[in-house]
Amino acid sequence: MKVDTPIIKIESLSKVFRGPDGDFAALEDINLEIMSGEIFGIIGMSGAGKSTLVRCINFLERPTQGTVYFDGVDLSSLTKKELYNIRRSMGMIFQQFNLLMQRNVIGNVCFPLEIAGVEKSEARKRAEELLEVVGLSDKALAYPSQLSGGQRQRVAIARALATNPKVLLCDEATSALDPATTRGVLMLLKDINKRLGITIVVITHEMRVIEEICNRVAIIDKSKIAEIGSVEEIFTRPKTAAARRLVFPEDHSFEQLPGKRCCRIVFNGNSSFEPIIAGMVLDFRQLVNILFADTKNIDGKAFGQIVIQLPENDLVANRMIEYLRAKNLAVEEVAGYV
Amino acid sequence: MFDPVVLKMLGRGLLESIYMTLVSTAFAYVLGLPLGIALVVTDKEGIYPKETFNWILGLIINLLRSIPFLILLIMVIPITRAIVGTTIGTNATIVPLVIAAAPFIARLVESSLKEVDKGVIEAAQSMGASTMRIIFKVMLPEARPSLVVGAAIAVTTILSYSAMAGFVAGGGLGDIAIRYGYDRYQTDIMLVTVALLVLIVQVLQEVGMKLARVSDKRK
Ligand SMILES: Nc1ncnc2c1ncn2[C@@H]1O[C@H](COP(=O)(O)OP(=O)(O)O)[C@@H](O)[C@H]1O
Ligand SMILES: [Mg+2]
Repeated sequence: MKVDTPIIKIESLSKVFRGPDGDFAALEDINLEIMSGEIFGIIGMSGAGKSTLVRCINFLERPTQGTVYFDGVDLSSLTKKELYNIRRSMGMIFQQFNLLMQRNVIGNVCFPLEIAGVEKSEARKRAEELLEVVGLSDKALAYPSQLSGGQRQRVAIARALATNPKVLLCDEATSALDPATTRGVLMLLKDINKRLGITIVVITHEMRVIEEICNRVAIIDKSKIAEIGSVEEIFTRPKTAAARRLVFPEDHSFEQLPGKRCCRIVFNGNSSFEPIIAGMVLDFRQLVNILFADTKNIDGKAFGQIVIQLPENDLVANRMIEYLRAKNLAVEEVAGYV
Repeated sequence: MFDPVVLKMLGRGLLESIYMTLVSTAFAYVLGLPLGIALVVTDKEGIYPKETFNWILGLIINLLRSIPFLILLIMVIPITRAIVGTTIGTNATIVPLVIAAAPFIARLVESSLKEVDKGVIEAAQSMGASTMRIIFKVMLPEARPSLVVGAAIAVTTILSYSAMAGFVAGGGLGDIAIRYGYDRYQTDIMLVTVALLVLIVQVLQEVGMKLARVSDKRK
C-alpha cells in the first residue's frame, strides 16, 4: 500500500451556518491532508463539527471559506455535473444506513450504478460481486427492513463501493451497532482498505473505533482541529486537553484524593492472584493509595498483605471494604498509617 | 319506486359519478403532483430551495383551497364554457372538480413526500444524483405507500365534490339526489343514491389502503 500523495486536501476551511439567532461557526480554519490508501480517523464529541466536515469533503455542504482538493481537483471549481461525477469517486456510509426501504438489497446496490448510467445487466453483475464481498449474497432479494443493523450497514457499504470509489467516507458508521457487530463492520472496512486500496475516512466519537482500524487521527474539538497524528502517538502522548478527554474519557472522575481511613487486606490463598486493587479502582473510578504491599503468587493463589488508603468519601470507602470482602479477602481497618 | 326506468337512471348516475371522479382525479393529479413535488423541492429545507417561489406557490394553493366548492363551481363557469362548450353535464363538472382538487392533491403529495427520510436523500446526493433523479428515483418511490393512501383520500373527496355538482345539473348520483330528493321530495330515491355514494367511498378507501399495505416493503 502506497501512502504518500494526499487524496484529500483541506485548506483553511471554515463553515458558518446562518441562523435566525445569529451565525454559528461549525468549522473554523481546518487544515487536513488525507493520504491515498490510509484509514484516517476524525474523532470528536457530539456537535464538534464532524458531520459538517465530512459533508464538506464531498461538497454536500459548501464551505464558507477555504478549499477542498480531491485528487488534486479544487471542488469549488467544478460545474454541477462535474461535481456529480466526482462524487461517484467518493462512497459514503452513514450511522442510520440510509438505505432505500422500498427497494430490495440488490436494488439498493444497483442504485448508484443506475444513477451513473451503467447498463442494467452489468449493474446487476457488479452488485452481485459486491454482495459477495460484504458476505450477503444470500440476502440479495430481501428488503432492508428484514435485515439486522449490521447487515444493513454491509448493504450500505456494498452500495457505496458500487461505483469503484477512491475514498469511502464513513460518518458514525458503527455508532448504531452493538460492540460485536461494530467489530465485524470495522474488520470489513479494514479488509476493503487492504484488498481494494480504498482510502477510508472514519468519523466517530468512539476512541475504540479509531484504535481498531485507523492509521492516523485528527481530533476535532469545538469546530477546530485540536491535534493530528498517528493513532499511537495520540494514544500515548495526547498533547491537548481535548485529546486527553477522548483518550482518558473518565479522567475527571479520578479527582477525589484518598482520605484518612486505611485498611489492611490479607491474602491467605482464598483468592486467585489477580489485580484486585486495580480492578477496584477501575470499577469505582476512585483513587486509593497503596501504602504497603507484600504479596506472593503461589500456584496462582495470592498470599500476603496490602495496606491501602481509602477515598475521602465514607460511603465509597465502606463500599470498597464490602467489595473486597465479597472477593473473599480478609479486610480490617487500621489506624495510624496517615 | 324500483321500476326499470328508475333503476336505469340510477345505473346511469352511478356510471356518470364514477366517470367524473376518475377523469377528474387523473387530471387533478396531472396538475397536483408536480405542484406537490415543487412545494417540497423548493422548500427552504428542500433539495432545490427557492424560497420566494415556494412562498408564492403555497399562497396560491391556499387561496384556491379556501374557496368553498359550491362557490368555485359558479366562479369557474366562464372557464368551463370556454373549455367544454357547455356548463351542464358531467364533462362540464370535471373542470371545477379539477380546479378544486389539484391544490388539495398538491398538499397531499407534499405531506407524503416530506415523510421521506432526509438521510436517504442525502445518500443519493452523495452518489452524485441530480435533483430530477432524486425526485423520480428516491422521493416518489420511497413515498409510494403514503402516496397511494393520499390517492384514496383524493378520489373519495373528489367523489363527494362531484355529488355537490348536482346543484348545477352536473350529472351523476348527486344530480339525481337533488332532482328527486330535493325538488320532488322522493326521499327514497335520494337515500338510494346516498347509499350508493357511501358504497363507492367504502370500496375505494378499502382498495387504496390495501394497495398501500401490499406495496409497502418496510415491514
Ligand atoms: N444545517 C445546519 N444549520 C445550522 N447549524 C448546523 C447545521 N448543521 C450542523 N449545524 C450545527 O453545527 C454543529 C456541528 O454539527 P455536526 O457537524 O453535525 O456535529 P457532529 O457530527 O460532530 O456531532 C452543531 O452545533 C450543529 O447544531
Ligand atoms: Mg455527526
